[in-house]
Amino acid sequence: MTATTELSTSPEDRAPAPPRVGPGAAMRRAWRTWTSMRTALLLLFLLAVAAVPGSLLPQRSLNPSGVAGYYGDHPSLAPWLDRLYAFDVYASPWFGAIYLALMVSLVGCLTPRIRLHVRALRSVPPAPPRNLSRLPVSRSFTTSASPTEVYDAARRSLRRWRVRPYDTGLSAERGYVRETGNIAFHLALLGLLAGVAMGAAWGYRGDVLVVEGDTFVNTPAAYDELHPGRLNTGDDLPPFEVTVDDFRARFLPNGAPSSYEVDVRWRPSVGAPDRKRTVRVNEPLTVRGARVYLLDHGYALHFTARLPDGTVVYDQWQPFLPDRGAANLVSDGVVKVSDLGGGLPDVGLRGRFVPTYARRGQTVFSAAPEALIPAFVYETWAGSLGLDSGLPQNVYELDTEGMVRAGGGVAFLGETIERLPGGLTVEFDGVKDFAVLHVNSDPGKRVVLVAAILALTGLILSLRIRRRRLWVKATATEAGTLVEVGGLARQDPAGYEPELASVAESLQASLEKP
Amino acid sequence: MIDEGLARASDTLLFAAVIAYVVAMFGYFVELSFGRLAPRPIAGGAVDTVPAPVAAAVAAPSRVPRLAGRVAVVATVVGLLLHVASAVTRGLAVDRVPWGNMYEFSSMVSLFAVVAWLGVIRRHPLRHLGGFVMLPVILYLGVAALVLYAPAAPLVPALNSYWIKIHVVGAMASSGIFMVGFVAAALYLWRSWRDRRAPDKPSRLPSAATLDRVSYRVHAFGFPVWTFTVMAGAVWAEAAWGRYWGWDPKETWSFVTWVVYAGYLHARSTAGWRGRRAAWIAVAGFASLMVTYYVVNIWVSGLHSYAGV
Repeated sequence: MTATTELSTSPEDRAPAPPRVGPGAAMRRAWRTWTSMRTALLLLFLLAVAAVPGSLLPQRSLNPSGVAGYYGDHPSLAPWLDRLYAFDVYASPWFGAIYLALMVSLVGCLTPRIRLHVRALRSVPPAPPRNLSRLPVSRSFTTSASPTEVYDAARRSLRRWRVRPYDTGLSAERGYVRETGNIAFHLALLGLLAGVAMGAAWGYRGDVLVVEGDTFVNTPAAYDELHPGRLNTGDDLPPFEVTVDDFRARFLPNGAPSSYEVDVRWRPSVGAPDRKRTVRVNEPLTVRGARVYLLDHGYALHFTARLPDGTVVYDQWQPFLPDRGAANLVSDGVVKVSDLGGGLPDVGLRGRFVPTYARRGQTVFSAAPEALIPAFVYETWAGSLGLDSGLPQNVYELDTEGMVRAGGGVAFLGETIERLPGGLTVEFDGVKDFAVLHVNSDPGKRVVLVAAILALTGLILSLRIRRRRLWVKATATEAGTLVEVGGLARQDPAGYEPELASVAESLQASLEKP
Repeated sequence: MIDEGLARASDTLLFAAVIAYVVAMFGYFVELSFGRLAPRPIAGGAVDTVPAPVAAAVAAPSRVPRLAGRVAVVATVVGLLLHVASAVTRGLAVDRVPWGNMYEFSSMVSLFAVVAWLGVIRRHPLRHLGGFVMLPVILYLGVAALVLYAPAAPLVPALNSYWIKIHVVGAMASSGIFMVGFVAAALYLWRSWRDRRAPDKPSRLPSAATLDRVSYRVHAFGFPVWTFTVMAGAVWAEAAWGRYWGWDPKETWSFVTWVVYAGYLHARSTAGWRGRRAAWIAVAGFASLMVTYYVVNIWVSGLHSYAGV
């Protein structure tokens, strides 16, 4: 074995296995192919290529309406793509198969390397080669000091090296941390994947709309949308509470938001004392392993419906959802008044909320995102809302089947909508902000962070450190002691030159000192 | 508040920097074209053990080209100083970090590429190749100034976080470093193509082995920076959007870029993949980086869309 191959820190390219027969041999061969660097490279490229379609096609997890739109535009192609998981690329079996195959290949590649490295860590640097000047980098000089003094000085200046004296000279080696870093990096990738899997299994995330003054209790029923992890039933979420006190938004002159924030009071469990916090866009609230983010906002309207005798039959805050296609937070919503008794029909109001009412010709629009001139542009419907059918209903939509249009108009804040069936009146008597909170609990997050830091550290070590050997020989000659310093580095041998030169120079300098 | 005077000064300084870079490019090309020819590659091309004198022979041409090379380095440094001054005045003009939109980002990427290049010629005698680095730098600045130019304006609110100093600086630095790595890989491919077509014809380019080594070293330096950028982006995403990774198009493409560059580093130590195949992977990595940056920002809508054109 030559010095160069001996120094190799990576497993040698394996020689082809001798021909053997039987299923055992075939399996061994298959495993060897799977865990070879070549296969790992192919799997890496496969992974890169497989990730691309997800950035070109709309993905369900990110953009469900985009997927619906794609179905509309390509009605015959979309179902086929869907069968290939093209809209759920990153959750698809084939994407998972690629990265799991890569991880298995990684484990297979890493196990022998760890064994080799452990052996290398306990090994001693080999004896000096006969001729140091034949090494890729070498220096020599003559000194008046004796060979013993040279070796003593060399040992002192090689304090950070692993040194071993031989009869023929001194051997030194360092840079073992390169392979340690390399192994740490790859193990950390496995840890990272484990962390991601933990989050996907036991985490949960969800969105909830909370009107100012209301309290959100972290239970599945409270969410507008909840996505528990695969092994999380969602039944035992920590019951923390968040009360939304005050939402504030600031806007640029063009109507775009410049900042928003929400003051909340929160309790880690029901009945615990209140704590106050302001949640902003880059500053979530952390509570019992979950993070609460301010995701969005909008307006909620209050209506009071009364029968002619003054009985209040409706007294509620109704959120209106901003219409993304319209400027300045123009929002849509409905009010459903039912169970009026006395054979009276249900009444539904459907309309748009205009925060700052303005009009150009027939077109009503909002002149600003703030609620400066709040107006409710509505149409009224009478008939059966179908609330007693037992089917779940969307509170933001009015099913007008079985209803008749009864009228329409504009109500400003404080005004009352009259002329409804049965003498019902509906007063538009309040406007508040609502906040959409996003709750995310990811128990694997910390594992991922630690793994990422470990991976980065290992990566830097494995790319910046080189494993190298150095030998010193001192030979007594007539002209004094000839000192030869020679070195060999597996990685980037040419870059080793300056370091070896400085070792030789400092050795020479220390010998010349009295 | 935007200081229009300073903003104009920034534009003028950037223009001056481009002129300095053009001067530098000509200087480098003069040195390359009229310098002494390098000896033919050693048979067998003993990888990674090219004796220093071979490289030095290229770096020690006769007097006029050598002077041109020195002038080019001075022009590069002057250009860099003007470039830095342009970034500083832009930052002062808008009272924020000067990398809030694609125009400013492009300018900073080329700035980091110039810094990376100066770092390379400090360690390797490759000065005469500077023209090949100045070319994409000037191109980048040209595209920035002519296509992506955005007048000085305050930051989009979503970017208003100290992470813009960490994540985006990493993105700019790694892009600049990878640009230099791309040039080295492309020159390596060119040189090895020449060696195969006309093995006896002397070349002014350094040996294929030298170019391969420089390409590897630059990429090995840039890769951890890119890794850090992606990780810092994930931490920022966790704070801003409630998840550290969501396969947003920008995230997807940074991942693809990371995987391709990881493939390059592995390919260089895999039998059968060393050399030209590995260099092509490095080129693919740069192509993927350009997609991550230009294509995703301009043509694909996602959470990074605010980094506006």
